[in-house]
Amino acid sequence: MTARRNLFKWIAALVALHGVIACAGFFAPDDPLAQDREHPFAPPVKLHFRDAQRHLHARPFFHPFRKSASALDPYVEDAARSIPLRFFIAGAPYKLLGLVPSRVHLFGTDGEPLYLLGTDGYGRDQLTRILYGGQISLLAGWLGAGIALSFGLLIGATAGYCGGWGDEILMRVAELFLALPWLYLLLALRAFLPLSVSPLGAFLMIVAVVGTLGWARPARLVRGVVLSAKERDYVRAARGFGASDAYLLWRHILPETSGVLLTQAAILIPQYVLAEMTLSFLGLGVPEPAASWGNLLGNLQQYDVLVSYWWMYLPALAIVPFFLAYLGLASALQECMNTVGAQHWRGQE
Amino acid sequence: MKNLKPISAHKCVGMALLAVLAASVPRGVAVRAQQEKSNQEYLKISGEIGRPGGRLVVSLRAEPKTLNPVVAADAPSQEVISAMQSDLVHIDRATQLTGPALAKSWKISADGLDYTLKLRHKLRFSDGQPLDADDVLFTFRVYLDESVHAPQRDLLIVGDKPIEARKLDAYTLMFHFSRPYGVAERVFDGLAILPRHLFEKPYEEGKLGQLGALSTPANEWAGLGPFRLKQYVAGERLVLERNPYYWKTDAQGNRLPYLDELVFLFVPSADAQVLRFESGETDLISRLGAGNFSVLARQQRDYTMTDAGPGLEYNFLFFNLNNLGEKTPPDLARKQKWFGELKFRQAVSAAVDRDAIVRLVYQGRGAPLWGPVTPGNRRWADPAIAHPARSLDRAKQLLGEAGFHFTEDAQGEPELKDAEGNRVEFSILTSSSNADRAKMAALIQDDLKQLGMNVQVVPLEFRSLVERITQTKQYDACVMGLVSFDADPNSDMNVWSSGGNMHLWNPSQTHPGTPWEAEIDRLMVAQLTGTTAEERRALYNRVQEILAANQPMIFLASPDILVGAKKNIGNFRPAVLEPYVLWNVEQLYLRSDAGIASR
Repeated sequence: MTARRNLFKWIAALVALHGVIACAGFFAPDDPLAQDREHPFAPPVKLHFRDAQRHLHARPFFHPFRKSASALDPYVEDAARSIPLRFFIAGAPYKLLGLVPSRVHLFGTDGEPLYLLGTDGYGRDQLTRILYGGQISLLAGWLGAGIALSFGLLIGATAGYCGGWGDEILMRVAELFLALPWLYLLLALRAFLPLSVSPLGAFLMIVAVVGTLGWARPARLVRGVVLSAKERDYVRAARGFGASDAYLLWRHILPETSGVLLTQAAILIPQYVLAEMTLSFLGLGVPEPAASWGNLLGNLQQYDVLVSYWWMYLPALAIVPFFLAYLGLASALQECMNTVGAQHWRGQE
Repeated sequence: MKNLKPISAHKCVGMALLAVLAASVPRGVAVRAQQEKSNQEYLKISGEIGRPGGRLVVSLRAEPKTLNPVVAADAPSQEVISAMQSDLVHIDRATQLTGPALAKSWKISADGLDYTLKLRHKLRFSDGQPLDADDVLFTFRVYLDESVHAPQRDLLIVGDKPIEARKLDAYTLMFHFSRPYGVAERVFDGLAILPRHLFEKPYEEGKLGQLGALSTPANEWAGLGPFRLKQYVAGERLVLERNPYYWKTDAQGNRLPYLDELVFLFVPSADAQVLRFESGETDLISRLGAGNFSVLARQQRDYTMTDAGPGLEYNFLFFNLNNLGEKTPPDLARKQKWFGELKFRQAVSAAVDRDAIVRLVYQGRGAPLWGPVTPGNRRWADPAIAHPARSLDRAKQLLGEAGFHFTEDAQGEPELKDAEGNRVEFSILTSSSNADRAKMAALIQDDLKQLGMNVQVVPLEFRSLVERITQTKQYDACVMGLVSFDADPNSDMNVWSSGGNMHLWNPSQTHPGTPWEAEIDRLMVAQLTGTTAEERRALYNRVQEILAANQPMIFLASPDILVGAKKNIGNFRPAVLEPYVLWNVEQLYLRSDAGIASR
């Protein structure tokens, strides 16, 4: 069954990607807040396998930077020194998955700083910050989508099941929310909230704002499913046998919405990651020094960074595989639902 | 400094005027003034001999609010006005000394109270009307009129009494000070002499404030500066043309200015200004950040980038040392116990990595500071101020002596606690529109983390930041910057005096709150009336030493003045005093026809 295989493929890809982000501490060579003040805006180092004598090495190595005399181009590779990459090496302490304290990193060096993706203006390792930044951005996406879907489910199910004027009002409100220009609304809402907050507070605020704004579309979809489900014969039969509303909803109707909700989740999560990035990019989201994909890209707002340091664009690339996988998952889910639905109907015939 | 403009704009004019320089100056000036006698009318200035013609385009950060020098308080207005107006005595931006301008010479009475100024003969405003002593008298009447609210007024009040101006004849005036004021001719710098024939009627009718809108027809506006109004396109540009009546000539006697037109484009963001300059739309650029400067310098097309060296801006961190009495919120009261502790402030100062600030914030184009006098200000720096290197050990030792102790949190990170066991936590305000200071604050945050202090950086919109510091006083600490506008201690009078509104850590006190603030008050007043350079320097050195000893401000770093100009611009000599690149606009010229023809 290709649809199902497709689904598993995308799920596996997402699990792998999220695994890397969740274990950022292990995959990142450094501490996300550690400033190396000798190396601001250092370009990414090049990994070599072949040395000056053209000998091939199994273990990659790199040439560290030395300061050049020119203030305009301060970093020059010091070809005289070769630093080998070490694997499973002890480094900065971190907590694996936020629980297990550890010092082991996938790779690193003995002492010499290793900047595979360069550094930012404070000399902080970009790779490390992209990995840690992903934790915040993705979590914001997950929690935001969770909130939006919960509201959507609640409101959609209420509207669809109860019908009548309550349905009318809720759906008109939903249409209103859909018509709002969400970016400006986010900005306006953010402006009402306190300006100076701790990183955690800012994070929760974004999640809450993004989540509460996004309920309308899932609510409409859920309502549609509920409307059709409540007219099914088995639901009517159950009602005939005296099943309560709560039982009907729980046992027969809400399970019907799971497919819609899953597809919606796969669409909403990347959308909300993007919302977090937008807010943080504009300086309204997660504040420095904490990293998120949005505020990593925020560096690009300065013209000199934009034209001088290409590696500052890399956080934008980091989101590509995630979005691809989520959209792949959404279409695979859709496909799956269609086949399942078709079987369902065939079964009924 | 763009950030400080809203409050300091009127201060800057003021400070430039207030300043008094070394007592050796008048003698030199007197000699120069004597030489001028051979040429009664025009002032001959040295410099490359240029070629007439052409148009120079520069960008302004915002549209000027007015062309009226009496009410102008914003930086763009002042920049434009300085090209259209002239003063009696002018501070040469290159030498930082005073020289003759509209006044060809002046004499000081033996008691130092009376100044007799002689005006150049037969000068004309840009509309062809003659200038005489009545214009000057009228000018002073306007500036001193309380109902006009001229920002320059404060500076013309010496010893609680306004300067009195008297006309001796059509070209001679006498100014009387109520108290000796050192070399007070600096007071005249920046005071534009107004055309009485245009200003008198509106002034009598009380409509002076409305005068000088940008839309004023060109033939209804006049000044004594090198350029005069030509055209204003709202939201886009202001075009000035050569003033044919200007009173300066080059060494060969050619009338200045060389340029036919000076165009100001309104370009609202710093980055957009860089793009305009890069694409050749503008000819000059100033107030560059180090990052943008590097971008332009790396490209090196048909322009030259100049690092004019450290300017007069000093950036610092300060704590809330206000005494709010019973209104103090308990949270702030607890923190003020730390901030008020001298050893706490000294520890913070010892922990701050100033070299890193210069390297990371200014890309090395700046200087670390341990006092308010920047290396750009050579005359006034106190050599006795120590420049201790960063030392976390010393900081920890100081904190220990002050009763703080260190513990470790669950992750093994250090935590600083006070004697009562409270974690040392506070926030640092910065202006959200100033990336440099935000970066400084972030570096300090990391420095202090190593001392176990938990610091939050809070970017605030500049106006609300100023309100918090000067009005509500609800803040912990703040990173800010100021400019000593003309390299003289007087420009910082309202910063160091305890009653000053820029005495940031505890502004506008009725009585000095501490003995050392009282001592600074006394020294600042003494240097104001001091007559010899040595005397004033000794007094101001003492002020710097008291500041260093008591650390009300933790001085951080000073950026270089970074500017650029197209290669074909002659006589381009940037200065560290404002206006950095246009101070000698009358001498600027375009070297080749290519530059002129392409327009």
